Amino acid sequence: MLNSYPIFKKEVGSYFLSPVAYVVITIFLVLSGYFFYSSVAYYSLISMQAIQNPYMVSGLNLTEDLISPVFANIGIIAMLIIPMLTMRLFSEEKKSGTIELLFTYPLKDIDILLGKFFAATVVYLTPIAVTLLYIVFIRNLTDLPLGPVFAGYLGLILMGTAFIALGILVSSTTENQIVAAIITFGLLLLLWVIGWASSFTGPLVGKILTEISLVKHFQNFSKGVIDISDVIFYLSFTFYSLFLTCRVLESKRWRG
Amino acid sequence: MIEIQNLTKHYGHIKAVENVTFTVNKGEILGFLGPNGAGKTTTMRVLTGYFPPTEGRVKVAGFDITEDPMAVKKHIGYLPENVSLYTDMRVQDYLMFVGRIKGIRQGALLKQKVTQVTELCGLETVRKRTIGKLSKGFRQRVGLAQALLGDPEVLILDEPTVGLDPKQIVEIRKLIKELGGERTIILSTHILPEVQMICERVIIINEGKIVAIDTPENLNRQLTNKRTILMEIEGEPAKVLHTLKTIDGVVEVKSKPKKKGKVRQYEILTNPDQDIRKNLAWAVVENQFGLYEMKTLEMSLEEIFLKLVTQEEHHA
Repeated sequence: MLNSYPIFKKEVGSYFLSPVAYVVITIFLVLSGYFFYSSVAYYSLISMQAIQNPYMVSGLNLTEDLISPVFANIGIIAMLIIPMLTMRLFSEEKKSGTIELLFTYPLKDIDILLGKFFAATVVYLTPIAVTLLYIVFIRNLTDLPLGPVFAGYLGLILMGTAFIALGILVSSTTENQIVAAIITFGLLLLLWVIGWASSFTGPLVGKILTEISLVKHFQNFSKGVIDISDVIFYLSFTFYSLFLTCRVLESKRWRG
Repeated sequence: MIEIQNLTKHYGHIKAVENVTFTVNKGEILGFLGPNGAGKTTTMRVLTGYFPPTEGRVKVAGFDITEDPMAVKKHIGYLPENVSLYTDMRVQDYLMFVGRIKGIRQGALLKQKVTQVTELCGLETVRKRTIGKLSKGFRQRVGLAQALLGDPEVLILDEPTVGLDPKQIVEIRKLIKELGGERTIILSTHILPEVQMICERVIIINEGKIVAIDTPENLNRQLTNKRTILMEIEGEPAKVLHTLKTIDGVVEVKSKPKKKGKVRQYEILTNPDQDIRKNLAWAVVENQFGLYEMKTLEMSLEEIFLKLVTQEEHHA
């Protein structure tokens, strides 16, 4: 773990030395800010209607009608943005040849991998941390319960790291950054929508498809539910992707 | 310091290196010579632990590269052929990063070591510059500086002078010579005078096999069992030839095509243990030929190299 630190530091540094981190963070915040604004506008609209129609008041729920959609939208932004963050991690080094020196330093593959993984995670979590301001804003106006908010952020962290792990795996297989980004995005999108097919397949296949769908596991978190099976799903997804990346790095050596 | 036994490396069906065996002693500077694609870089990459050998054993500083690659890597400083560095980093930051990776954790010590290699490689003036904006010569020095960090006992330099201007080449060579002595250095190149200048021993490699291992001087001696003297003489060619052939010690005389008027060049092969230049000069003067030029032709490493490499091809 200690050996990963120099790699981690260097990777975070190069994200911020290049425009990548700034662009990613800005776009992330612009999009999430828009979604937050529209959610708040929508919620205030239905609140107004509720004033005129007392029957609606019981149906109003801050978490369900405001916080949950915001988290769901941030999840989608993460899916769009993370491939851009992870695409360079190994591809760039392979293309420019810097990987040769890196592999001759006294470092284990896992040290290099974890350093890069945590660096991407930090850059991903930076705009996520800024979105806490939205929560502060809402809390000032309402008595928003914090439990579901915590669950939502836990979900974003777990899902984001799973995306990053998959992105690194793809990046380790190609030396072309664009290819890495497109494949990562394609895989994430496929895993996101794969559950939709469950409505017209058999019950067993349908069950499997829903279970491997990335969005299904995130839905619980965004509603404020922490289900241990969802936690395990994302953790094992992350772990397995990192494990495969290690194997890919290793195979590059014996293949020459 | 370095022991290589029956090293073989295949890339799929391509045999890059086959049955290479050699040892390098502590403090020695070894030259690794061969045409492009001979297997120099492959051998070096195996030594640095970049990839494992297909067969054979490699030991560096007493550690086996397949059994304990981490220990070997700690003892090696490597300068790759195409020095690819992180172009967006500053020289000093980059060296700090490499120092940390090489296990120098203590801040003060790290600073001191980085300053040390910066000075040694003449990088003081570009410390704060971005690597991507440096000239090729400076980048090569940054490459060398990163190899020197962590005080490795073994330095592996893959074509350290390629792409540099003549002044930089001289400087880098001087630096390498200075580094030898306390460190064991393996250096690959296809520039032959470089080997003659820097190295104590030479390994000539071609198509993945070792063709010769010796000191540059010995290689010279072994392959030149005849001394050749070139003379430019004015006179009746037949008469000149006859005169030269009758001198004691001359093995063979070849006359080269006509130059101007009656001036011709003659290549005279003589016994190596006899210096007959005086006799040759006398003979020319006595017969009233005109002597324009006389010089001893020594076989350069280039010719030795070509000879060895072509001999190898004849065998194959």
